[in-house]
Amino acid sequence: MRVPARRLGNGWLAELILGLVLILAPFLLPSIGATADMLSRILIWGLFGIGFDLLFGYTGLLSFGQSAFYGSGGFIAAYLLVSHKIGNVFLGLAVGTAGAAAIAFVVGLLALRRTGIYFAMITVAFAEMFFFLENSPLSAITGGENGLPNVPNPEIGIGSFDLVIHSPWQMYAMMAVVFFLGYLLARRIVASPFGHVLTAIRDNPGRASAVGHAIQRYKLAVFVIAAAYSGLAGGLEGVLQGYMAPDAFTFDTSGQLVMQSIIGGSGSLIGPLIGASVWLYLRAILQSAAGLGPAWKLVLGLVFVLLIVFLRRGIVGGVSDLIGGWRRPLSDTPADAFNRSSVQVEMAEGGRGERDRSADAPRTKVLEARGVSKRYGGLVANADISFSVNEGEIRGIIGPNGAGKSTFFKMLSGEIPPTTGSMFLFGVDITGRGVTAVCQLGLSKSYQINQLFPKLTVRQNLSVSALSRTRGKFRLDLIRPMSRVPDLAKDIDETMHLLGLTERADTPVSELAYGEKRRVEIGLALATDPKILLLDEPLAGMSPQERAATVRLLKEIARHRTLVVVEHDMDALFGMADRITVFYQGRILAEGTPAEIQGNADVQEAYLGGVHAA
Amino acid sequence: MLNWANFSSQLFNGLVSGALLALISAGLTIIYGTLGVLNLAHGALFMLGGYAGFVAFQETDSFVVAVIAGAVFVGIVGIVLERTIVRFFYDRPDEDQILVTFGLGIVLVELVRFGFGSLSQSISPPAWAAGVTSLGFMLYPTYRLLVFAIVAAALGGLYLLLYRTRLGLVVRAGIEDATMVDALGINVQRTFMTVFGIGAMAAGFAGIINAPIISITPNVGDDILIECFVVVVIGGVGSFPGAIVGGLVAGEIMSLTSMIDPSYSAVMLFAAMALVLALRPQGLFGTR
Repeated sequence: MRVPARRLGNGWLAELILGLVLILAPFLLPSIGATADMLSRILIWGLFGIGFDLLFGYTGLLSFGQSAFYGSGGFIAAYLLVSHKIGNVFLGLAVGTAGAAAIAFVVGLLALRRTGIYFAMITVAFAEMFFFLENSPLSAITGGENGLPNVPNPEIGIGSFDLVIHSPWQMYAMMAVVFFLGYLLARRIVASPFGHVLTAIRDNPGRASAVGHAIQRYKLAVFVIAAAYSGLAGGLEGVLQGYMAPDAFTFDTSGQLVMQSIIGGSGSLIGPLIGASVWLYLRAILQSAAGLGPAWKLVLGLVFVLLIVFLRRGIVGGVSDLIGGWRRPLSDTPADAFNRSSVQVEMAEGGRGERDRSADAPRTKVLEARGVSKRYGGLVANADISFSVNEGEIRGIIGPNGAGKSTFFKMLSGEIPPTTGSMFLFGVDITGRGVTAVCQLGLSKSYQINQLFPKLTVRQNLSVSALSRTRGKFRLDLIRPMSRVPDLAKDIDETMHLLGLTERADTPVSELAYGEKRRVEIGLALATDPKILLLDEPLAGMSPQERAATVRLLKEIARHRTLVVVEHDMDALFGMADRITVFYQGRILAEGTPAEIQGNADVQEAYLGGVHAA
Repeated sequence: MLNWANFSSQLFNGLVSGALLALISAGLTIIYGTLGVLNLAHGALFMLGGYAGFVAFQETDSFVVAVIAGAVFVGIVGIVLERTIVRFFYDRPDEDQILVTFGLGIVLVELVRFGFGSLSQSISPPAWAAGVTSLGFMLYPTYRLLVFAIVAAALGGLYLLLYRTRLGLVVRAGIEDATMVDALGINVQRTFMTVFGIGAMAAGFAGIINAPIISITPNVGDDILIECFVVVVIGGVGSFPGAIVGGLVAGEIMSLTSMIDPSYSAVMLFAAMALVLALRPQGLFGTR
């Protein structure tokens, strides 16, 4: 079994190495031309980059406007210190950091209404607005184009011990400590359930919200955290230089941050520091030693484009691929035990097996649609549908293509609201409450087309779902390790065992075979531990063996749950369902036991075009 | 100073700068609408148009030649960029497309800086368009009137191209569903290349037309790019009418605000964008 290289980074190894590098840097790097000032600046950019990496590398939100928070944090701190409203430099930095975070909260509320390119454009525009605000309307406070000079040096005073940090190497030491703490915190965040949800949002935001996470709140939270890192970095720049420069607010600041992070490698926390080292060191070397003057930026621009084209994961990604290349054993495809063993059981059991709960048990309606219609302009997808499912039932839904099954399913799961009518889940009105709320109430759906988190492993995929059950739709558990989430590992192991995916636990799902992906798809819905599970064509695209095995899996799942299944495989569905609902032209045509439906003349007429009736 | 003469001249300034913004944004938006790529090199292409025209003007002393040279050169650069780099990013995530065009923009800006230095260069408007023209109620610089007329004509041309030609039909169909268009046997690849070239050309054309109004520097496109973002966010990304209306609205907001207090003109522009985002996140003409 393949052990992912990433696991080596767990524990404290990365922190240990970083600590050593930070301690040794002043002794080793000056010999190649690095100065204390350069190293301090690298650390400031590295810290700025940690926040950006949480936002982009981990959550997938590409902001080109981080300068807004870098500048805000820097100018708030510098203003408070220069005007002597706050005497303690560290307190000033803290207030600047908090100020940047508060501003990000407001900006985030607007900017996060859109995603992708819109988000990128909006963040640029907001940052530009801050640039202009600083430049003139607020120039009485910020000094406008002159910036704020005379930012005081930090002072550490404990009892009789009193140290004013002013020499370049003292500054370096302070920056190193702050960076190290910032890195420690970010590592905790990344390894927390909160951080896990962030990676799920990056890989597939739609599914992350469908398995019960309030992704907008997670995005806003990480946006604010990233801004806090930016604000702190901006404040430190002012302290390092003794001067807060208005350049902090320029588009160039945001752009340089993006380029450094990409060059170093995003999604690694340490990448931005490496990118900043390359950037600032090369700039110094190219500008002076190589005599290129202003052309240094051209060289770095070309490097950046080449990296995007050929090595998107940057230096860190390239190095880890090299290491992974030696480490990775020949790929082993475990024989798919799931299909073979299950098929055997299936044949031995002969059909429905022991799951035949008698109809005399008291049954309550757990899911109900009352008079539901869905119109798209002139097209009526669903018309006046009344439908209910009892607890513990397996309900099959069939109908020709275009009969409105998928639309109806989307309304049941809360993905789209009905045009008219209401939906009830356990007697609670869920009409228009959205997919996240519906999932939190105990209904989850598996999709016709796989909606997975492709870069995450099987275990990580299932964890995303399981976390929404134990933690609710949003929780800011930033420093709790995943391993401390009660029962998480055990539940995931059980789910993987049930799905026959135990051997694939640590394989990224993008590397799985189709049938295995299909089971992860069902597993994502299952791992939210729903009381009601909707399955949209669970057998689609499977081989006969896989179908038989999956039918058995579904029956196993149904022992403790209510199932609603849309499926075109009639044999499988009729052998499994307690009752069948037939959709035709957006309406319910018939409903009954499999036997009743098979004998229904209307159904034969509509569904089979009257061939059998003739 | 709030008086009628000042107001009407600012109103005209807003129209002229708004029309220019509309043209550049139209280039940005048809590239995005057709190819699905947000071209962050668009500001650099605008800048490049100014410099290409500047070189042609130095050589020939003819403003007309300069305009044609600027537009054609940038159109060719656009096609080369599309063929050599951008087309390999159609299947990659949005973020990668943004990053690579951002990088290309920087390379273009730095190349120009390498060749021409950071100092500003200026082109004078042609002699026949210098001076002022009386509009009856006020005197207005002739060249700016000319710019407005030329840009309006260029936008009209783009409109005809998009809505009255076979290419335009393919482009608009491609915006709806590129896979389907491909399946119908239309060469989407060549359409993409053409559209990128036309979009780039619009930026380059605006760049040289605008050069006599503001002198050119290697960074002249940076602010323009960001203003275009505001325009398309206000108008709706991918919408041609949205780009035009958004451009004019943006031009007027900046121009009229600067009449009251110039230091707020850019701030007001971004405030307008925030307002649109809060009330109608898909933009005025956006559907998604």
